[in-house]
Amino acid sequence: MDFFDRFAIPNPSIAIYASMVAIGLTVVAIIAGLTYFKKWGYLWREWLTTVDHKRIGIMYLISALIMLFRGGVDAIMLRAQLAVPDNKLLDPQHYNEVFSTHGVIMVMFMAMPFIFAFMNYVVPLQIGARDVAFPRLNALSFWLFFFGAMLFNISFVIGGSPDAGWTSYFPLAGNDLSPHVGTNYYMMAIQISGIGSLMTGINMITTIFKMRAPGMTLMKMPMFTWSVLVTNLIIVTVFPVITVALAMGTMDRLFGTHFFATTNGGMDMLWANLFWVWGHPEVYILILPAFGLYSEIISTFSGRNLYGYKSMVASMVIISALSCMVWAHHFFTMGQGALANSFFSITTMMIAVPTGVKIFNWLFTLWKGKIRFTVPMLYSLGFIPLFVIGGVTGVMLAMSAADYQYHNTMFLVAHFHNTIIPGVVFAMLAGLTYYWPKMFGFMLNERIGKWAFWLLSIGFCLAFFPMYITGLDGQARRMYTYSEATGYGPLNMLSFVGAGVMAISFALIVYNVYYSVRYSPRNIGADPWDARSLEWATHTPVPEYNFAIEPHVASSEAFWDAKKKGHELFPGKVEKIHMPNSSGVPFIMSAIFFVFGFSMIFSLWIPAIISLIGIFACMAHRSFENDHGRYISVKEIEETETKLRGVN
Amino acid sequence: MSELFPRKQIMGFVFSLVLTAAALTVYFLHLSFAQGMAVLLITAFVQALLQLVVFMHAGETKDKWIIYGKVYFMIAMALITVFGTLLIFLWDM
Ligand code: HEM
Ligand SMILES: [Cu+2]
Repeated sequence: MDFFDRFAIPNPSIAIYASMVAIGLTVVAIIAGLTYFKKWGYLWREWLTTVDHKRIGIMYLISALIMLFRGGVDAIMLRAQLAVPDNKLLDPQHYNEVFSTHGVIMVMFMAMPFIFAFMNYVVPLQIGARDVAFPRLNALSFWLFFFGAMLFNISFVIGGSPDAGWTSYFPLAGNDLSPHVGTNYYMMAIQISGIGSLMTGINMITTIFKMRAPGMTLMKMPMFTWSVLVTNLIIVTVFPVITVALAMGTMDRLFGTHFFATTNGGMDMLWANLFWVWGHPEVYILILPAFGLYSEIISTFSGRNLYGYKSMVASMVIISALSCMVWAHHFFTMGQGALANSFFSITTMMIAVPTGVKIFNWLFTLWKGKIRFTVPMLYSLGFIPLFVIGGVTGVMLAMSAADYQYHNTMFLVAHFHNTIIPGVVFAMLAGLTYYWPKMFGFMLNERIGKWAFWLLSIGFCLAFFPMYITGLDGQARRMYTYSEATGYGPLNMLSFVGAGVMAISFALIVYNVYYSVRYSPRNIGADPWDARSLEWATHTPVPEYNFAIEPHVASSEAFWDAKKKGHELFPGKVEKIHMPNSSGVPFIMSAIFFVFGFSMIFSLWIPAIISLIGIFACMAHRSFENDHGRYISVKEIEETETKLRGVN
Repeated sequence: MSELFPRKQIMGFVFSLVLTAAALTVYFLHLSFAQGMAVLLITAFVQALLQLVVFMHAGETKDKWIIYGKVYFMIAMALITVFGTLLIFLWDM
């Protein structure tokens, strides 16, 4: 039995056993359901092997939503534990595991796939392309992300979860202080999904540079596409850093190297350094596509073109460069001198300038606009003031001398949630509501959506504003409890209430999906929001080839011009269309990656070697494969077009 | 005949072997740490550029500015990372 001991949970509790049972039952239910309804073939043909950017986008979206709930449950547990002084709900070890997985899941497995969902779904449509540049690679990216996420999620029922924080600082994350396998999960799962992100970066850059519709020069691209381009430039620049850092960390933990050890010439601080060389640009990777979505939404619902297009682009490019020059602001207190700290203080504060430019551009877009208060617009309007608060507290943190006081307190926690929730999460929910009709052919209910927005905003303020105060009073982050004498009790209770309100809001969003599936009208046409860019110029549901005729573009709002100024979007006639074939290899290869990661985590060398050979075999298969794609004939296109035109 | 002969590729291949051999000398020639690092850094960067230009065909299309633009951006960011790290850990710790 020794062999199986390693899979046991080091710190079991009732909750974990209950979730084991729940996971087991869910898996059985899914398998039984698929078998009963004979859906295995459908699942394999239409989803698991697809290379269609729209379907991949939808799969990213579903995964992100599921992870949002997993991370949300973690969050509620954390707030519940802190709600009253000297609480015994979670023991310290369990608390450590929960905040570590909460952070990793929200950043890597919720926010990242969410932005990838919109990148995948929207960018090819917005630039008038038929798919991304490398559709098969795109599928591989998705499945690597997916299996990475699954690997991370099984950690809390098999072997134990990471407990060294989402930043996983050494020496705490080293074998001496974190002996169980949790941190191995961290290293392998993020590594696997990170490789996927890197590939998406290359794929999207190539797509945007090479596949734009005729007439769409770089300065005529819609703002969301611009934001995606800049984001992916950052991805390609900084993801290699985390890849290498994780590989070094893995070697320290599994093979006894001393990169981040405190002995034998190792340097533990180097991990923090490398982590933030990636980590700070990573927060901009999340926020820039959100900015892009807000730009689209604000200009659509103000009925105006985006104010200051050029300055928007310039500020994003400046942000992309600056974001790689500020990383040390995450460890001002690590011991480097005043010179280094001052340098990074100044670069950090400089980022606030281009960000401010963008805020003013949105305000000027709203100025004298005919504003429609739809749900996506509400999120965008809520974003502006709330995000400004996050930015201002960021500048406070950026003063390195003052940061000695703020660092690692709840003040910091309040700051980054204040940027990430109104910045990223609001954008994702706004984008979800905005693109929902394009993806699924009906709208989400506006009334329920507005309730959800208000509850989320109020819940957010209740949950996070108190933390600014307790943080300034000295409440440290990542502490599993505090004594009554500190006086933190009432404000933490308020935070817990706020978290509860946010949970209700998310439940409402789920209910909204259910409600709208049942009751929403289906004959909404292809352009329900009266929008401006190309993605709304094709049918709903979008045919697999996106556009029967390649669009010709003369401005960044080609569709608006076509509607209002009679610009001819689709000159030319239908020709046969070349499309890529589906393939099961990305799925299989990623599944093998999962086995590889799992074997590495538990130091099962033989399966690890075998699966590594499997991975190379998949790559070799691809190299020697002869696959020239297929053609959709003119007749078939015309049939589809008439059918879809009937719908609208 | 001379058009068919892949001159550029063969030369590139030979040159990349030379660079590899040059890097290998660091191991055999008991150089000081600084000298060794200098040789390794220079050969590594030249090698990377060589691969990019000769074997990955950067610069053979009209929009080559995109590829070179990205390369310059990455090099700039990499240098900032390295010098920033040196500032933190060596020059000002
Ligand atoms: C004006 C812009 C911003 C400035 C000046 C700023 C500044 C800072 C500083 C100085 C810290 C480190 C504080 C400490 O550890 O004591 C920090 C932490 C953080 N910021 Fe910001 N920030 C800004 C915008 C953002 C945005 C847009 C995001 C995300 C979308 C973000 C996410 C984070 C996160 C996640 C952390 C903490 C991570 C951790 O330690 O766990 N920040 N910020
Ligand atoms: Cu930062």
